[in-house]
Amino acid sequence: MTPKKLDLMQGTLDVMVLQTLSTMGSLHGYGIARRIEQTSGNQVLLNQGTIYASLVRLQQRGWIAAEWGTSENNRKAKYYSITKRGARQLASDVERWGRLSDVMSRVLSATGEDSG
Amino acid sequence: MDTLRELLARLRSFFRKQARDEDLDQELSAHLDFAIEDNIRRGMAPEEARRRALVSIGGIERAKEEHRDSRGLPALDTIVRDLRYAVRTLRRDAGLATFAVLIVGLGVGASSTVFSVVDALLLRPLPFDDPGRLVWIANGQSENLSAQTVQVANLLELREHSQSFSVVAGYSPFYGAGDIRLTGTGEPERLTGVPVTEDFFRLVGIQPQLGRFFTAEECRWNAPKAVVLSHGFWQRRFAADRGIVGRSIILDGAPATLVGVLPASFDFASTFTPGSRADLFYPFPLSPETNRSGNMLALIGRLKPGVDLRTAQTEATVIGARIQTGRREGQWRNAFHPNLSTLRDRISGRFRYALLVLAGAVGFLMLLVCANISNLLLARASARQKEMAIRTALGAGRWRLIRQMLIESVLLSCCGAAVGLALAFGGTSLLARLDGTNIPLLQGVQVDAAALAFTLAIAVLTGIVFGLVPALQASASSPHSALKESSRGSIGSRDRAWTRGSLVVCEIALACVLLTSAGLLMRSLVSILDVELGFDTDSVLTLRIDPGRAHSTHVQQLSYFDRVLHNVRSVPGVQAAGLTDALPLGENFGWRTWTLSAKGQVYERDRRPHALVRIVDESYLETMRISLRAGRSFTHADNASAEPVIMVNETLARTLWPGENPLGRLIRTSGDRDWRVIGVTGGVRYFGFESDSGAEMYLPIRQSGDFNTVDLVVRASRTPSELAPRIRAALKTVDPNMPATRFRTMRELVDHSVFPRRFVVLLLTGFAGFGLILASLGIYGVISYSVTRRKQEIGIRMALGASAGNLQRGIVAQTLVLALVGLMIGVPAAWMAARAIQGLLFGVTSSDPVTFAAVLALLVAVAALAGYLPARRASRLNPLDALRCE
Repeated sequence: MTPKKLDLMQGTLDVMVLQTLSTMGSLHGYGIARRIEQTSGNQVLLNQGTIYASLVRLQQRGWIAAEWGTSENNRKAKYYSITKRGARQLASDVERWGRLSDVMSRVLSATGEDSG
Repeated sequence: MDTLRELLARLRSFFRKQARDEDLDQELSAHLDFAIEDNIRRGMAPEEARRRALVSIGGIERAKEEHRDSRGLPALDTIVRDLRYAVRTLRRDAGLATFAVLIVGLGVGASSTVFSVVDALLLRPLPFDDPGRLVWIANGQSENLSAQTVQVANLLELREHSQSFSVVAGYSPFYGAGDIRLTGTGEPERLTGVPVTEDFFRLVGIQPQLGRFFTAEECRWNAPKAVVLSHGFWQRRFAADRGIVGRSIILDGAPATLVGVLPASFDFASTFTPGSRADLFYPFPLSPETNRSGNMLALIGRLKPGVDLRTAQTEATVIGARIQTGRREGQWRNAFHPNLSTLRDRISGRFRYALLVLAGAVGFLMLLVCANISNLLLARASARQKEMAIRTALGAGRWRLIRQMLIESVLLSCCGAAVGLALAFGGTSLLARLDGTNIPLLQGVQVDAAALAFTLAIAVLTGIVFGLVPALQASASSPHSALKESSRGSIGSRDRAWTRGSLVVCEIALACVLLTSAGLLMRSLVSILDVELGFDTDSVLTLRIDPGRAHSTHVQQLSYFDRVLHNVRSVPGVQAAGLTDALPLGENFGWRTWTLSAKGQVYERDRRPHALVRIVDESYLETMRISLRAGRSFTHADNASAEPVIMVNETLARTLWPGENPLGRLIRTSGDRDWRVIGVTGGVRYFGFESDSGAEMYLPIRQSGDFNTVDLVVRASRTPSELAPRIRAALKTVDPNMPATRFRTMRELVDHSVFPRRFVVLLLTGFAGFGLILASLGIYGVISYSVTRRKQEIGIRMALGASAGNLQRGIVAQTLVLALVGLMIGVPAAWMAARAIQGLLFGVTSSDPVTFAAVLALLVAVAALAGYLPARRASRLNPLDALRCE
């Protein structure tokens, strides 16, 4: 039996999108979705369509920019790239997530020792 | 910052739905193509590749829905949808919607208008700089303006020693309307000029629109005359000529320099002397000469920052007491008892009560409107029950349904508010243009931002109030029973009938309160108009005729008056003509008082009697039909060479010689002049119906030249419009330069003096009438609804032999029960309301049985009629039709 995929927590998708754009440069929606699936090792349960809600939200906050372009096989697609403000936001998000996961793992492991 | 940016972006997306959706469609189709290509590259068959691609997108429609939610304003979307739906449903019910909009419109129109008046008089700051610190400094406790004025020396003393005020200044109220004659270029005209002290404009804190205000030099005694024009006069007479400053005009035959023009925002007359005009301002010198004239100044002070009214009052009292002890016999120094109040209180305080009553009445009216429309909507709600049930069955939550209903009712009330605003615009501009009322600040009444905000708030509030009950009711029933229910007999509709019944009961109670208050005030007005003024107001025409400087000596003036009277008396239709310096209910200073003594009597200091002074000719009493109680009236022979004579009214006679015959006694006035009492007159209410006449004395104009203004009074059998041109012609032959424009009938003066009360009565009666109509419509609606629902029952009864009369009696009885329950609540409420308005009543008690009985009878009669009409319809039903109706 394959392990159950993780449901995405509220707000996590936005960070993943930002991170993806930050490392990959300009990408279209499908590319971003595929990239997230790959880098998470197919651990995330992602309805690819959901990515567009996230993209429009980030765009309206001014964290990413969008532009119509053509793909290598001549298909018209909207390409997204991270903005300066987006990069700043990503930095602070990354820091916050780092601290959160740190704390979580520390607290959870401490509880294990005490009860054991 | 980011949230704001996002909000704006969402707003943009909200208005560009289509473009955004097309964008997304393209993106999603590109996404699908990429995915399919990828899958094919991985070796899938095209069919399978497509299927897998769709699965991993996870539903195109869902993606679109999420996209819309995160880019736009989902809450607004639903509201817009609800609004569209509401417009559609209301359009289907156009009759009901129009009716409701009209009712709300009338109610909102009334409330916004009343609010604008309250705002102008009580809420909005006075149109001065920092008006909260301006204080009216009266002298003593009297209501009478003349008795509140202060002597120049006392002003100087207060100004010098007070630490509380940064400025103390004033104006002299002892000017007459039309005192100043403008001659020279153009039509000669009577102008009203207000004498103000040098600091007056600095005190109120305004800047001239043109030129400057007075210099210290111009405020000296006998300095060359300088005047400042009011904005209105400048526009009217000089066509707003900006080059006017520095020019000279001829006032009372002497040149005066125009030094400045006031801004439009400063309306002296509407603030301080409502009902009159103030065309120009000239300096009132603070000099020994003006000091000798006695109490001449109405004082206003500006409190220093941090000083409150009570501190200032305490200090002023001390200064007043010091002046009192420092006074020496023989020195010309009047007493000064400072009595401080805020300027706002002084100006509009006496209207506060009446305005609050009006505001309360409008509140009641709005409640009535709400109850009425609630009732209408409830009736409609039963027709829509199935619709609601279907929506519930399809999954709409209760809150969703309530919101839908509330949006409908708020939409209704907002449409009503639009109608109401139009009415309010009309009403306020009508009020602002009312001329010659004695209500201050009325010119400033308008629908401004505050009134608009108020209207919006009241529209939304009423919409929610009248929509709430129907919304709760409509959403309460379970879909199961509602869908099964036929039109009669279920619990839900019985509940609803009960609710509608109680709403009607409330309407009757509210109408009862409004009608009783209006009735009491109407009766008060009637009894006020019944009050004897002491003279006959009908067919009397008045005109200012004093000659000003053209005839400077008393003898010249008398010969001028004689010629005027002679000419006027020879005009056909004129029955009598006389002269007075103090017209009853007029704006000239009829409130001048003199101290005096019965000769030989010694009075304590400050206890000497005083009386109002009227200087009249020998035919004034006869013309005005003022009664002569004893002795004789003046004659032509009571002139400068004869013994000085005087007439007193009964009040003064009682004060000077209690219980004795006043005829033949001597009265001593200031300057040690003695006057022989030759007649006793009845009292005249010079200041209006609601103030007593007080002590009065009449001096013959041939013996006293101590008058400022003179009015001609004419009693005639012709109408004023016929008479005016003839009198004008008669005057022209005496003095062609005499401005003779402003004829007024005594009736007009009476109407002006009762205007505020009549205004309140008019509005309240209007509200009460509207309330009565609403309540009767409410009763009618409920009864006809219940008759329609009971059609079958009625049919059965008729088939079983019930007579039409039986049926009608039953239905009318049902109506009367509603009415009686309403009155059981309404009468005690009306009784309490009547006690709250007690201060406005005159000549009736707050529990006036006539009013209460009349209101009771009226409401029962109206209720019976409103019930009888549906009853008659019911009794004319054909039993067969009635039984078949389902």
